Amino acid sequence: MTQPSFRTRDDVSAALPDDTARAWFDEALADAAAAAQAPPQAPSPYLAHPWELRFAAAGRHCGHDNADAVRALLLVEARAGLETLTRLYRHGSAAERRAVLRALPALVEGPHAVHLVEDALRSNDTRLISAAVGPYAAAHLEPHAWRHAVLKCLFTGVPLDAVAGLAQRAAGDGELARMLTDYAAERTAAGRDVPDDLGRVLNLTGEEPKEL
Amino acid sequence: MRIFDPHIHMTSRTTDDYEAMYAAGVRAVVEPSFWLGQPRTSPASFFDYFDALLGWEPFRAAQYGIAHHCTIALNPKEANDPRCMPVLDALPRYLVKDGVVAVGEIGYDSMTPAEGTALAAQLQLAADHGLPALVHTPHRDKLAGLDRTVDVVRESSLPMERVLLDHLNETTVKHAKDSGCWLGFSVYPDTKMDEGRMVAVLKEYGPEKVLVNSAADWGKSDPLKTRKVADAMLAAGFGEDDVERVLWRNPVAFYGLSGRLRLDVPVPQTQSLHEGNSILRGGE
Ligand SMILES: [Zn+2]
Repeated sequence: MTQPSFRTRDDVSAALPDDTARAWFDEALADAAAAAQAPPQAPSPYLAHPWELRFAAAGRHCGHDNADAVRALLLVEARAGLETLTRLYRHGSAAERRAVLRALPALVEGPHAVHLVEDALRSNDTRLISAAVGPYAAAHLEPHAWRHAVLKCLFTGVPLDAVAGLAQRAAGDGELARMLTDYAAERTAAGRDVPDDLGRVLNLTGEEPKEL
Repeated sequence: MRIFDPHIHMTSRTTDDYEAMYAAGVRAVVEPSFWLGQPRTSPASFFDYFDALLGWEPFRAAQYGIAHHCTIALNPKEANDPRCMPVLDALPRYLVKDGVVAVGEIGYDSMTPAEGTALAAQLQLAADHGLPALVHTPHRDKLAGLDRTVDVVRESSLPMERVLLDHLNETTVKHAKDSGCWLGFSVYPDTKMDEGRMVAVLKEYGPEKVLVNSAADWGKSDPLKTRKVADAMLAAGFGEDDVERVLWRNPVAFYGLSGRLRLDVPVPQTQSLHEGNSILRGGE
């Protein structure tokens, strides 16, 4: 996995603050595994399965620095499919949504979960935007949406290092180069600085930079 | 001076307010879910609101160096509309969330049976989820309303010391204090309490278990009232320690009963670093 947050069960367990947290983590994984064995019937906006409640509560039980990794492992253990991922995203706090987005490359083959990435890119929450532009977006986001995602990162101050596959996808993208150039012109006309990252990605397109 | 506003509806406030609050010393807020002025007609609009209290609003607060938590509940006014009652059934999946530090605001508004049912059910939910409860006291028929509220709390499985009774005033403070609950005072222009009366209550009843809030919202209200009370306390001869107790340690102790408070928000970026941020530029 390219995602640093995706760690093995043993790694995560070792990083937990104490035995209470480790016991909670083991029980949560067992709940998730049970759900994978016997998928519970019809969830609704009004009901959540025990492991999904644990998914929500992972931060305070395991430490907020471990929450993404714990949530990712719960998703794997529960064999969360598209329907479950979508529900957890929709029902999630910002931290839970970020965890779902980060886990997508490991859990979803193909572009079926791209609506979650698109939803996150419509937000103005930089935590969600940076999680949305990971490897799953690199693999599956269609060109127009991907270019707007890059622009939105520049717009909201998300460092372009967050954008997975930036060099590969930007290469030869004349439309992206045009959008970046226009954005730079707009900034300059307003007497504002052009973000350093803009020149970097413009270079990656390999297109001739016009007047900046 | 470090200030915790334990009851403020930031959803209705601007980024200028966040900036002014930070400058006045506010470093933490709790935003209780309440009604929005315009009644809602379906559970889905509650869910979007709760999601905002757990997503966008804490993000916005963090940009200004302020830790944001929330309390979640079906408020008493809207508990009277049967279309909104299913919200109660969805509360368990919200009450497990890391950003939720109490069940609230619950309580009575017009003292109807539906309000009583919602209050009792949500006190039970608080007990089931290891959460304290923020219980607002009615604005009309106040003392009778307080006594009735205290009776319902006493019959619930939630211990009195895990309940904050809010919007108290001179007429209700004594009964509230005798109940063993935490005591909340909303300092709000024209209605509720003002700074001078707040100081007088603190002199008479002491700072123990007292929390002061601005309850600022979409009405004529002032998000800096907490600081103004602190200044009025100092001017009236209270020491720094009493001020810190009422405006920081007491709210930390009460909401800390949830085990979910996180007060470590990084210092905000400077204005120039904000330059590229979309909050400062609006919703595009
Ligand atoms: Zn309120």
